[in-house]
Amino acid sequence: MSLRRFTNGFMTALCALALLVALVPLVSLLWLVVSHGVKGLSLDFFTAIPAPVGETGGGVANAIAGTLYIVGIACAFGVPLGVGAGVYLAERGDSPLGDAIRFTAEVLSGVPSIVVGIVAYALVVLPMRRFSALAGGAALAVLMVPTLARSTEELVRLVPRSLREASLALGVPEWRTSLRVVLRTALGGIMTAILLAVARAAGETAPLLFTSLNNQYWNWRVDQPTASLTVQIFNYAVSPYQDWHDKAWSAALVLLLLVGTLSLAGRLLSRSRVR
Amino acid sequence: MTRPRAVEQTPAARANLPDRAWAAVLTVLGLAVLAVAAMIIAELLRVGGPALKHTGLIAFVGNSVWDVTRDVYGALPFIYGTLVTSGVALVLALPVSIGLALFLTEMAPARMRSIVSFPIALLAGIPSVVYGLWGLFVLVPILRNPIEPLLARTHLPIFTGAPIGLGYLAAGVVMAIMILPTITSIAIEVLQTVPGALREAALALGATRWEAIRIAVLPYARAGIVGATMLGLGRALGETMAVTMVIGNSPTIRASLFAPGYSLPAVIANEFAEASGDMQTGALAALGLLLFAVTVLLNIAARVLVRMSRRGPARVAA
Amino acid sequence: MKKIILIATLLSSAAFADKLLINGAGATFPFPIYSKWFSEYNKLHPDVQINYQSIGSGGGIKQITEKTVDFGASDAPMSAEEMGRAAGIQHIPTVMGAVVVVYNVSSISELRLSPETLAGIFLGKITRWNDPTLAKDNPKAKFPDAAITVVHRSDGSGTTSVFTDYLAKVSPEWKAGPGQGKSVNWPTGLGGKGNEGVTGTVKQTDGGIGYVELAYANQNKLTPAELKNHDGAWVKASLESVSAAAGKAEIPDDYRVSITDAPGKDAYPISGFTWLLVYKDQPDAQKGDALVRFLWWAIHDGQKMAAALDYAPLPAPLVRKVEATLKSITVQGKAVLAERK
Repeated sequence: MSLRRFTNGFMTALCALALLVALVPLVSLLWLVVSHGVKGLSLDFFTAIPAPVGETGGGVANAIAGTLYIVGIACAFGVPLGVGAGVYLAERGDSPLGDAIRFTAEVLSGVPSIVVGIVAYALVVLPMRRFSALAGGAALAVLMVPTLARSTEELVRLVPRSLREASLALGVPEWRTSLRVVLRTALGGIMTAILLAVARAAGETAPLLFTSLNNQYWNWRVDQPTASLTVQIFNYAVSPYQDWHDKAWSAALVLLLLVGTLSLAGRLLSRSRVR
Repeated sequence: MTRPRAVEQTPAARANLPDRAWAAVLTVLGLAVLAVAAMIIAELLRVGGPALKHTGLIAFVGNSVWDVTRDVYGALPFIYGTLVTSGVALVLALPVSIGLALFLTEMAPARMRSIVSFPIALLAGIPSVVYGLWGLFVLVPILRNPIEPLLARTHLPIFTGAPIGLGYLAAGVVMAIMILPTITSIAIEVLQTVPGALREAALALGATRWEAIRIAVLPYARAGIVGATMLGLGRALGETMAVTMVIGNSPTIRASLFAPGYSLPAVIANEFAEASGDMQTGALAALGLLLFAVTVLLNIAARVLVRMSRRGPARVAA
Repeated sequence: MKKIILIATLLSSAAFADKLLINGAGATFPFPIYSKWFSEYNKLHPDVQINYQSIGSGGGIKQITEKTVDFGASDAPMSAEEMGRAAGIQHIPTVMGAVVVVYNVSSISELRLSPETLAGIFLGKITRWNDPTLAKDNPKAKFPDAAITVVHRSDGSGTTSVFTDYLAKVSPEWKAGPGQGKSVNWPTGLGGKGNEGVTGTVKQTDGGIGYVELAYANQNKLTPAELKNHDGAWVKASLESVSAAAGKAEIPDDYRVSITDAPGKDAYPISGFTWLLVYKDQPDAQKGDALVRFLWWAIHDGQKMAAALDYAPLPAPLVRKVEATLKSITVQGKAVLAERK
């Protein structure tokens, strides 16, 4: 009996320990990003473009803007495609074709992002003869679509059948019912899904390495190389310069805040909707 | 507004055209998902296929030499590095994830679960490059001293050589932290599907809580937990940035975990933009194809397992 | 409403449309000086922005061949095979630099490396700092009993090309083994991305040794090792010793030349030119024009900034020669600089 009790207590303690073990890296990472990152924040950091190699000063304003820009392009392609495919799956997906699409979306969500980078290089960069924000956005869009499609489907399926049928019975055409009744009801949830997808896309580095590349100047043209926070963090982190290391931490802080705000907004949105 | 016209048109006919158009638009968007998948496979095959054909799959996968100067391309060092680092990651992450999932579903009060679920989601949302930054400046120095010298005292062959910090071990540890939330959250999901009656029956028979878990809960959830592990493994295999920053980028095969190595995604990240000639570009795309194929298969298997366990243990636990 | 649109258009054209963005990519070896040049040139000509990404010489050659950038940069001359893939490419030498061997051993402040020792270390034959061959080169130094961690490049690199070109000249074993190239099959060591990555890794790794461009060593306060040159003299890397290496070299018309292991008592043995890669006929009128004018500025005014960043300026006769080459570059068939003297 006592051995059984002991085993029970021991295993419970071990499982509780797992919680601590899991929290250690998280706390360490957050603490260091915040404590190292705060030091480098200044007005210049948010308004200036990078200084030449080996010189201190400058900022990452163009990279912050670039990340937003590239993610914006990704949304322009990814959101209609992902949400549309999700609505298709929910409304007309009970067929072999629907199953195939659903299955493909699930499998695609596990594809490593670097592989998508290769494809975007071959399909966008080479034909356009230029690294571009467009190529980066296209790569991120491909990464957004599968998860967005799957979550949209689930959300649309949550809309009560009665609501839909009531609308159809009133003589509202199907397309209007889809758009005005079903999609509108699911809208809050879909916004959450979009915000989470955007947060994930903003944190991607690998697919941008050989698509949007980098740029030390401001850029607002879709057909030009564009800076991004993530690529900038990578370049700064592997460099030998202390000033760049500091900037990498600060940029990581800004990135975490960006990603965190987006996911938090998404979570709050979904919570308020449930209540 | 449109009512007067309904006199000359039946409602069905009136609704027909826009409805058909809407259905067509939806179908096109749905098909686009298939098109994207087809595009990825087609491009990888187009770029990587010739190189793979030229050397042959077996020779490509089995060759341990990657010598760009002499146009010899073997994938083995990268496959080995990917497997070793993923293995380290699983060994480290799996017990913690399952312990954590059990603690949160079976032991801790329900409120705690909702509180803890947030930091876990947070861990999952941290971008890879930030893990890399942390790995490079925090983890690697700790590994170099004191962890690797301490491990070296065990005299195990996997813990030999100079404690550099950068290498398989560092990559494995960073990966472990990154896949922890994936495995944990799916394991929680799976454990929650275990019927309460099973647990209660075991407890009623006088089992302690741990015994109930061992006898009733774990067998039921086994397939699902294996699936969760495979999904975590899938994420580990494709992990690029954090690994590139800490693995040491050396296309060699070493037994010691302290040694620098290389992984499939890391070599693509480092060499793809500069690969000269069709041979190197092709070989790198072939590595991408390999990575794609492995992660897709793993994902399919994992999802089948998770789904099976959601439906119940009948076909699984037996 | 129309007014608003007009103002918005004016504003946006003022902000963006007038700027000419020229994209370049390649070598990390000259990145510090290029970065300075592009920044200074932008101050002189605010309407021209030159975006340069240091992705490595291999990347520079590949991307200019694929024409995804407007110019490439490399410190390894393109091979005949690579030239074949990029018809009409022209090498323009910009500055000279030294590849230096840097190390991170706190108890050693000066290090001498004979060619045999250097090759031994990078071949993985000499694995500890207290190896007798190192003591032979450095009788006074007190070496620790610690492992040597070699750091090399993980990307295709002109710096690697210059370094392995030297090793292949001085060590038959190296020539038969890893050989010479932009990225070779390293027998040992860690890979770092770019000169930046190698410098960073050496700085962080006790017992580390790596090869980087002189500017990176000086900017990061790493002391380069002294090397034994072709004439058997110990030399430090400096502007003078690099210039001495180039002094006797015969430079061919396409500028593709190696000056490693050069003869001369003062010549630093791992010196090299670095080149910008441009097409002889520029396809884009505006960009081509701006690019050629920038190059002209770089080989004249730009040279004055070289020394401060530890690069050796081009010798005067060579500048003369490059002037002629620049004048021969055409933009959509027309020469731009023909009128310059």
